[in-house]
Amino acid sequence: MDFDFSDEQGLLRDSIERFCADAYPSLETRRRRAAEPLGFSADNWRRFAELGVCGLPFSEEDGGFGGGPVETMIVMEAVGRTLAVEPFFASTVLGATALRLGADAAQRERYIPGIVEGTLRLALAHTERQSRYDLHDVATQARRDGDGFVLEGHKSVVLNADAAGLIVVSARVSGDRRDPAGIGLFLVPADAPGLTVQPYPTQDGGRAAEVMLADVRLGGDAVLGDPESGLPLLRRVAEHGIAALAAEAVGSMSALHALTVEYLKTRKQFGVAVGSFQALQHRAVDMLIALEQARSMAIYGAMMVDAADADERAAALSSVKVQINKACRLVGQEAVQLHGGIGMTMEYLGAHHFKRLAMIEYQLGDTPFHLRRVADAGVLVAA
Amino acid sequence: MDLRFTPEEAAFRDEVRTFCREKIPAEIRRKVSEGRGLGKDDIVAAQRILNARGWAVPHWPTEWGGQDWTPIQRYIYTEELFQAAVPLPQQFNCYMFGPVLATFGNQAQKERFLPRAANLDDWWCQGFSEPGAGSDLASLKTKAVRDGDHYVVDGQKTWTTLGQHADWIFCLVRTDFAAKKQRGISFLVIDMTSPGITVRPIITLEGRHEVNEVFFDSVRVPVENLVGEENRGWDYAKFLLANERTGIARIGLTKERIQRIKRLARAMPAGPGTMWDDADFRARVAEVEIELKALEITQMRVTAKQGRADSVEPDPASSLLKVRGSELQQAATELLLELAGPFGLAAPARDGQGRNDLPGGFDWVDAAAPSYFNNRKVSIYGGSNEIQHNVIAKGILGL
Repeated sequence: MDFDFSDEQGLLRDSIERFCADAYPSLETRRRRAAEPLGFSADNWRRFAELGVCGLPFSEEDGGFGGGPVETMIVMEAVGRTLAVEPFFASTVLGATALRLGADAAQRERYIPGIVEGTLRLALAHTERQSRYDLHDVATQARRDGDGFVLEGHKSVVLNADAAGLIVVSARVSGDRRDPAGIGLFLVPADAPGLTVQPYPTQDGGRAAEVMLADVRLGGDAVLGDPESGLPLLRRVAEHGIAALAAEAVGSMSALHALTVEYLKTRKQFGVAVGSFQALQHRAVDMLIALEQARSMAIYGAMMVDAADADERAAALSSVKVQINKACRLVGQEAVQLHGGIGMTMEYLGAHHFKRLAMIEYQLGDTPFHLRRVADAGVLVAA
Repeated sequence: MDLRFTPEEAAFRDEVRTFCREKIPAEIRRKVSEGRGLGKDDIVAAQRILNARGWAVPHWPTEWGGQDWTPIQRYIYTEELFQAAVPLPQQFNCYMFGPVLATFGNQAQKERFLPRAANLDDWWCQGFSEPGAGSDLASLKTKAVRDGDHYVVDGQKTWTTLGQHADWIFCLVRTDFAAKKQRGISFLVIDMTSPGITVRPIITLEGRHEVNEVFFDSVRVPVENLVGEENRGWDYAKFLLANERTGIARIGLTKERIQRIKRLARAMPAGPGTMWDDADFRARVAEVEIELKALEITQMRVTAKQGRADSVEPDPASSLLKVRGSELQQAATELLLELAGPFGLAAPARDGQGRNDLPGGFDWVDAAAPSYFNNRKVSIYGGSNEIQHNVIAKGILGL
C-alpha cells in the first residue's frame, strides 16, 4: 500500500501545476482564453505539448511518454484547480484513450505523432438525443459500402469538436438501436465531406458542438478494431473519462474549498470574521469531509481503471462517479451559500468552480445512473 | 501509488483472518455479528485467546507485550477482527489505560498492572464523564484531597461502560481547585472494591445494562495510585483520546454488517421475490457501500501517513474518520432495521437458544431495532460528532 507519487510523477505535478497557475493567473485570463476562436488558447495548447502533456498517455513505442492513470489524475487535478479550458479531457483523455486502446499499427503511426506534438486534436462523438448515458444506445448508422462505411446520424454535445482534427464517432453497423453488439468506433477527419460541426459554448465556460453526419464516406481503415464489437472499447473510454473527471472535480473542489475557508476568515459581519460562527464552521468541515472522500475515490478510480476484470472495473468506476457527483453538489452548493451574495456573481472565481462542478455531475453518467449500476453489480463489499 | 497490500501485508492479513476464524469460538462471533450483547465471559475468553497469541495489545510497547507492527499491520489487524466479528480486546484495558500507563506510569505500576490488563485478569473501566462534564470534560468536579498517604475521593462519574464488571477504574479527578480548569486535574486509579464506591446501573434505551453511574463517597485511595504527576492528568487524557480514535472509523465492522444485510436480504421474502430484488433497497445499500469504500481509502491514507510513534496530539484527520465512520455504522443499522421491516417491531423474550415463536420465523429480526437504538451512541461518545467538527474547523481549517 503506497499513496506517494514516484519522483517522475512528483516532477510532472510540479511542472503542470506551475504551468496551469501561470497560464491562469486570474478569472479575466480565463475569460479571454475562452473567447478565442477555438474556445481556448492555441498557444497554451502548444505549450501543453511542449511539456509532454499531449502525448502523456501514449506508450514510448508510439512516441508518447508512457503515462498511466496516475499521470492523467495529476494533470486533470491541475486542470480542475485552475479551470483550464484547453481540451485535455476531450482530446487527450477521451479521444486518445479510444486510439490508444483501439487503434491498429497503421492508425497509430498515422495519427499519434500529430497528437503528441499538439497539431492534431481529437474529440469523442457518442451522445445522441435518446441515448442519455447508455453507451450501447446508438442510432447513428454505419452502412457497409464495399470495404468502407457510410455514416449517417446526429451526435450531441460533443466536447471541443470544433477544435478537433479527428473525431471518434460511435455508429451502428448492425442490430437494433439498443443492441450491445453491432457498434463500431470510427475515425472521422474533421474535413470529411458530409460532416457538419455546429459549435456552441457550454454552461461552464467550455465548448461543445452538434455533429451531423450526412452520407459521410469512410475507408475500411477508419474503423477502430472490430466494427461490430466496439462497445467494450467505448466502455473503457468512458471509464477512463470518469477517472479523469474525478480528478478534475477534486482539483476544482479543493480550490473552491480553499477559497471558501479564506473568505470565512476575512469577511467580517457583526464586527467579527464570519468564520467564527459555528454554524458556518461546521458546514466548511462537511465540505472538507466530502472533498477528502472524493479524493479517496479519485485515487480508487485511477487504481481501478486498468483492472483486468471488466465487471469489477465497471462497478468501481460507477462507485467513483457516484461519490464524486455527490461531493460536487455538496461542495459547490455550500461554497456559494457560505460566500453569500458574492458567490452568486459572474465576477467571482468561486462561482465558476460551482458551475463546472455542477456540470461534471451530468457528464458520463449522473448519480442515479451509476448508483443503479453499483446496486445491480453488488460487488463492492463481497457477500 | 498502489492500493494493494504488499505480499507481506497480504500474508499477514491471511494469518490474522485464519486465526480469527479458527481460534475464536463461533458462538462468540455469532453474537457479535447478530448485535446481541456479550457476557463478560465471552469478552474475557476472546481476549485470552488473542493474548496467548501475543495479539491482545499489539500497539503497546514491545516490552509490555506489544508487537513491532507497522501502522498498516495494525490497521489490517483491527479490520480483520471486525470483519470476523471478533470482539476487540477490551477497549478500556487495551486502548486507554494500558497505553497511558505504559507511557506515563512508573515501573512498579507497570509491573503491577500491565500484564494483568493485557490478559484481562483485571477489568478496567473509565471514570471520565460526569453529570455536568460531557463534551466539556475539563469542567469535571470529582475531587481528590490529599490526606497523608491517601487521596480522599468524593464525587460522581457516569456513562461508565461495563463498570459492573470492573475490578479497577481509572479516573480524572480534580486535585487543584485554584488552577485553570484543565490544569488542576490528576489521573488516579481506584480499586472498585474500595469502601465508599457505589455502582448504579443505567439501562440504555434498547434495554441492556451497558453503562453505569459510579458514586465516590470519601473513598480512600493510596497515593501510589496516582499515574504520572499530580495536576497533569489532562495531558494524559488527551493522549488517551488520541489512542481512542485509532480505528475509530470501524470500517471492518460496517463491512461485516453490510455483508450480513446482503445475505439476509436474499433470504427475506418480499412481494414476488426477496428484498434483494428490490432495486430501491439495493441502491440504498450501494450508497452506503460506496461511501464506505471511500472511507476505507481515506483511512488507509491517514494510516500510511502515521509515523511509528503514537502522537500525543490527536491528528485532526482522525476526527474526520470518526464523523463519517460513525455515520456509516449507524446507516448500516438503519438498513438492517428497514430489512426487518414490520417484524422489527416484535420484541420476544429470548433465552439465547432457538425458539419457534419468533416473529415471522426470522431468528434475527428482534435484534435489529435494539442494534439501531444502541448505535445512536456512536455519534455521541468519544467526543460527539459536533465536537469533532469543532476539532477539524480549528485544527485543519484554522477557523
